[in-house]
Amino acid sequence: MSAEVHTSTVTRTVNPFWYTCRKNPLMLAGIVVLVIILLLSLFAPLISSYEPTKINIKDRFAPPSAEHWFGTDEVGRDIFTRILYGARLSLGVGVAVVLGAGLIGTVIGSISGYFGGRIDQIIMRLMDMILAFPSLVLAMAVAATLGPNLQNAMLAIAIIKIPVYVRLARAETLSLREKLYVKAAVTFGIKPWRIITRHIIPNAISPVIIQVTLDIGDAILLVATLGFLGLGAQPPTPEWGAMISVGWKHLLDYWWYPTFPGFALFLASCAFNLIGDGVRDILDPKANR
Amino acid sequence: MLLDIKELSVEFASMQGNVKALQNISFSIEKGEIVGIVGESGSGKSVTALTILGLLEKNASITSGSILYKGRDVLVMDKREQQALRGKEIGMVFQEPMTALHPTMKIGDQLAEVIKRHRKLPHKEAYQAGIKSLAEVHIHDPELVARKYPFELSGGMRQRVVIALAMAAPPDLLIADEPTTALDVTIQYEILKLMEELSANRGTSIMFITHDLGVVAQMCKRVIVMYAGEIVEQGETHQVLQHPVHPYTRALIGALPDLADPDEPLLAIPGESPDLRRRPAGCVFASRCAQALPLCQEERPGLEPVQQQNESHYAACWVR
Ligand SMILES: Nc1ncnc2c1ncn2[C@@H]1O[C@H](COP(=O)(O)OP(=O)(O)OP(=O)(O)O)[C@@H](O)[C@H]1O
Ligand code: SF4
Ligand SMILES: [Mg+2]
Repeated sequence: MSAEVHTSTVTRTVNPFWYTCRKNPLMLAGIVVLVIILLLSLFAPLISSYEPTKINIKDRFAPPSAEHWFGTDEVGRDIFTRILYGARLSLGVGVAVVLGAGLIGTVIGSISGYFGGRIDQIIMRLMDMILAFPSLVLAMAVAATLGPNLQNAMLAIAIIKIPVYVRLARAETLSLREKLYVKAAVTFGIKPWRIITRHIIPNAISPVIIQVTLDIGDAILLVATLGFLGLGAQPPTPEWGAMISVGWKHLLDYWWYPTFPGFALFLASCAFNLIGDGVRDILDPKANR
Repeated sequence: MLLDIKELSVEFASMQGNVKALQNISFSIEKGEIVGIVGESGSGKSVTALTILGLLEKNASITSGSILYKGRDVLVMDKREQQALRGKEIGMVFQEPMTALHPTMKIGDQLAEVIKRHRKLPHKEAYQAGIKSLAEVHIHDPELVARKYPFELSGGMRQRVVIALAMAAPPDLLIADEPTTALDVTIQYEILKLMEELSANRGTSIMFITHDLGVVAQMCKRVIVMYAGEIVEQGETHQVLQHPVHPYTRALIGALPDLADPDEPLLAIPGESPDLRRRPAGCVFASRCAQALPLCQEERPGLEPVQQQNESHYAACWVR
């Protein structure tokens, strides 16, 4: 115990990122996997000579080989290539949706917490309504109502993610509002909107950041789930969920078709979850210890 | 008259009944005047300050009275008008300088933010004005301090920054709620001098809340003594301190630690202040008063002039 205290004081000057990675190898693993996926998808045109949507009927259902590492699908598209391009979509959409939901939820939550009263009541009842539904059911309902495409799937996922951020930001705001520096800012004459954006949100943000990193993996899965159910990205877009959706019908005959996109999905969401846990340990050392 | 409070009463709703924190208090502050407000913990000093600024908690209600600031009643103003008053007309300095500043914003940016709000300057000029205001509160290296975060500053420095922020507009009334209690004695003295100087140079009135009668003697022209949400005595500082009339004021002065003899035990006033949910029918101090008469239990004494010909010294006591 005392030795540990000692090392931690000595290594305080060390870059905190590397320090945390050393103490948390799982997070490091998550980062490594994520970086690899990102690089692969970024340089997909250099890595693969195939096009993700180019149909080549005579090569359909080719098993994994030197030519097609992960095999081909029912119209002869290279699955490896489609996974690489699909990563852009899945990761991009996952990150964008969660960031959007985090931002909107934080603003709504801090307004709710700061002003209290009627506004707070109305906002929180609305959030309770959203939370009352199982999230996937609600996302499906929203996506189905608005029409099955990627934008609507993103909107649906954002809607089910917002309440968590509203609650987090509201709880944080309620305690910050009582802080003397916020009260002092009021006496200095600073306007409510500025107090919320400059004095409350910047100091309420760390639980939101933790939640964002934890949610990205989940959002990627949700995007894929909606794609799988035909409520998200539509063919021929190379989206992992949509690929699995078509592929799993062929699982018994052509095992590679759904397996590789499934594995990619698994890796990516695992990577984000590991990173999310690590970020929580950094920003909130009290939790989980 | 800059501030004129009349018959102000404030209550807080609570589970066990309403806490009557202020009961019919009336006092006024002239332009440029420094007025001390003294009284033990829970006597309603901070509630008075927060009421003036319109910052009472949601469970508070103002049950009677008016607060005229420059002739306008702040209690009937809408939220926007009250907002316009804060900082611009009435500033406030708090007891805890350690926590009164934005923890993750640099001092210079905090000042610029407030100055921009009141003087409508572009950011750069507001920042420069902020540096100037740091110099005015006698911070020696204002450029350097402007680039620091609050946690890098000592308590005395932070209190100077808070004063600079509160005086940014500059306001005509500064409410200082025990601004030096949390500071070392030598720094306390410097901060008091600074406030006196700012008041003298700019004609700012100060409502100075404190536990410390020594500070009152040094700073304040007039003093108001509060007990259990009521004003029990008020007058020119020298009159009140040299010829206190109310037994509570006398006890307070008796409770002053004798600076010449630090070993002498502090004379605490025996007993506890009354439950503010069930105010006594008679004098609020009766339960602790050595001079109490039977009348004191039944009838509340009014705040009356101590002598017929002297209209500046008042006390609320049957015995005089
Ligand atoms: N929000 C509130 N709810 C209930 N009671 C309150 C509230 N705020 C203040 N009070 C009560 O009002 C009374 C006066 O409090 P106040 O803070 O004005 O005392 P004070 O004179 O400033 O004391 P101190 O010297 O300790 O600062 C106290 O009894 C307190 O418990
Ligand atoms: S009125 Fe009576 S109880 Fe009250 S202070 Fe005077 S003597 Fe004491
Ligand atoms: Mg107080």
